[in-house]
Amino acid sequence: MKLKYTLVALGMVAFGASSAVASTLDDVKAHGMLKCGISTGVPGFAFTDENGNWQGFDPAICQAVAAAVLGDSSKVEYTPTTGKTRFTTLASGEIDMLARNTTWTFSRDVDLKFTFAGVNYYDGQGFLVPSSLGVSSAKDLNGSSVCIQTGTTTELNLAEYFRLNNVSYEPVPIETNEEARANYMAGRCDVYTTDASGLAASRSTFENPSEHVILPEIISKEPLGPLVRHGDDQWADIVRWVLNVLIIADEKGVTGAQAQEVAAGPDPELDRILGTEGAYGAMLGLDRDWAVRALNANGNYGEIFAKYIGEETLVGLARGLNAQWTQGGILYAPPFR
Amino acid sequence: MISLWRSRQARSVLFQVLAMAGLVGLVTFFGIQVVANLKVMGLSFSFAFLDFPAGYDINQTLITYDSTNTHLRALFVGLLNTALVAFFGIIVATVVGFLIGVMRLSKNFLISRIAVVYIELIRNIPVLLHILLIYGLVVNVLPHPKQALDIGFDSFLTNRGLFMPKPIFEDGASLMFYGLLLGLGLAWGFTYYAKRVQAETGKIYPVFAICTSVILLLPVLGYFLAGQPITMEISVFKTFNFHGGIVVRPEFLALWLALSMYTAAFIAEIVRGGILAVSYGQTEAAHALGIRPNRTLQLVVIPQALRVIIPPLTSQYLNLTKNSSLAIAIGYMDLVSTIGGITLNQTGRAMECMLILLSIYLMFSLLISLFMNWYNNHIKLIER
Ligand SMILES: N[C@@H](CCC(=O)N[C@@H](CS)C(=O)NCC(=O)O)C(=O)O
Repeated sequence: MKLKYTLVALGMVAFGASSAVASTLDDVKAHGMLKCGISTGVPGFAFTDENGNWQGFDPAICQAVAAAVLGDSSKVEYTPTTGKTRFTTLASGEIDMLARNTTWTFSRDVDLKFTFAGVNYYDGQGFLVPSSLGVSSAKDLNGSSVCIQTGTTTELNLAEYFRLNNVSYEPVPIETNEEARANYMAGRCDVYTTDASGLAASRSTFENPSEHVILPEIISKEPLGPLVRHGDDQWADIVRWVLNVLIIADEKGVTGAQAQEVAAGPDPELDRILGTEGAYGAMLGLDRDWAVRALNANGNYGEIFAKYIGEETLVGLARGLNAQWTQGGILYAPPFR
Repeated sequence: MISLWRSRQARSVLFQVLAMAGLVGLVTFFGIQVVANLKVMGLSFSFAFLDFPAGYDINQTLITYDSTNTHLRALFVGLLNTALVAFFGIIVATVVGFLIGVMRLSKNFLISRIAVVYIELIRNIPVLLHILLIYGLVVNVLPHPKQALDIGFDSFLTNRGLFMPKPIFEDGASLMFYGLLLGLGLAWGFTYYAKRVQAETGKIYPVFAICTSVILLLPVLGYFLAGQPITMEISVFKTFNFHGGIVVRPEFLALWLALSMYTAAFIAEIVRGGILAVSYGQTEAAHALGIRPNRTLQLVVIPQALRVIIPPLTSQYLNLTKNSSLAIAIGYMDLVSTIGGITLNQTGRAMECMLILLSIYLMFSLLISLFMNWYNNHIKLIER
């Protein structure tokens, strides 16, 4: 199954006309759909609603980009990817962008040749254990079996952290979040480790969430964000500034519903964003109203956060680090001018 | 020129040269295409990554390995894990396959029906489902290590695997090894001698019984002479898991059993076909000569049946080995999961890793074929 993507990708490398030369924006417009890679499913972050449509914190980015580029937030073709298939799928051109709990690292940026459009969730790796084990620190995990998703930064962090702390463990490699949950529940492993947000999301689906604790140690930095292939700066800019616009609107307290009204308001930065001053949309290769549509799709960053993973939801994540820089967080979009 | 064209030999050479040139051209075309397209994507083609630290841990390692070792070493760990499951899979599949195949020919209705049901049930379900089913059973049905099932012999069955005592060889254990060597040598010599005696005088020794006892007894003798140089390391439970001893993980167990059972069903049919291919007249003739039934089977039927069995058996061995790549579905750390999985993903070297994978599987298959061809030649009818 996983091989399939790799083989398709290899096939494309061997036979395909060089897809990377053409402009991704033109491709997307010609196709009429945005091809977006997401995860196979993490509660709140990516899930299918009762109509079978993908929803969540990550698909929301795809929807905002589709709204900006194609004028319709529903014009997205989703490709679920595992930790292992995501990069080949993106590199081969099967998808136009990837929005899937993916950590921005040096080697993914430089060696795998991807451009990260920014960060939509500042995260860190944590550990989930049954409270019945009576474990209170990750350093007490000597001799345990640990479920990890392969092809992730998680497995590298874990190997490093446990080696440095002289903790021996049995890695149980797992392909998807769902498999990890199943193995953890069956007791194949004592511990599930991944991004803390993913742990909270998984725990929210357990029958008795209170019987499981997330240990205090956060052993890594995991800035998660959407990414595209190297080599098409225009396309990278589009994704980057759609994300930035969502963040700036949150900073200024402008909801998606208000976007239209404030477009000609007194705030010059909002005027530039929303197309009533200058021709910033054209600089991106888009029209005037691109940002209004992006904001209309699912609201601003804060609205998206609250709707899918915020404290009111089952996942129940606090903004924490992901609050605006003006609110004690580190979310900080560059100025729009 | 015309006469050259008319010459059959020249024509056939010409066509072969053309075909070869076409093939080389095609391969070169794809090669160039690959390099060009990789370049467009900003990627190069290089195996240098094999020398970088792998960074990930592997649970089942037959050679020492930790996350600071190179990707190349991780590749070898995966290679050995593939070899391990293929080796044990082939052994069990062969034994079970022969058994079921013979059972299927049994005149006892119940026994032959059981064999039929086994074959039809097992071989008509995809092997991946067998793997997932057994894995699911092991992980969900067997108890947690805390409530481990004590199955005697200091062994424990849990949903983290089967834990068994591990023999630790101390000084003097080499004496046992020499005992084994000597036993094998004596057994070989005796077989040779017994054959000659039988050819000359017709006297038959119980070769099998004598050989097995010699092969078994001598190492045991060595064991006691050297002062019992083996101690058993027993698995003990600590906080989370059993530690020490030999552990057969659920991933290995599921893959091994599924591959063996599945392939055994095919082997059973091959064995049945092979035995049926020996005409009944052969048996009757042997009986007419006064040869007892089990000797008839051993001396007349099986040697002839083997000639029919070996070639398709070889392809079953190849299938089993290749099917072991389904390991990835349950996270058994074989070749596909290491070099073709984690390494590929962490380094992004899809092309290189796939090439390595392809060549290694090809090598595995060629080795098995080579061995089986040698064996086939060894047993084939020597026409006089
Ligand atoms: N951030 C890490 C880990 C990403 C990861 O695999 N996260 C899990 C849990 S949050 C996930 O998204 N799983 C979704 C799936 O199984 O498809 C990385 O980029 O390597």
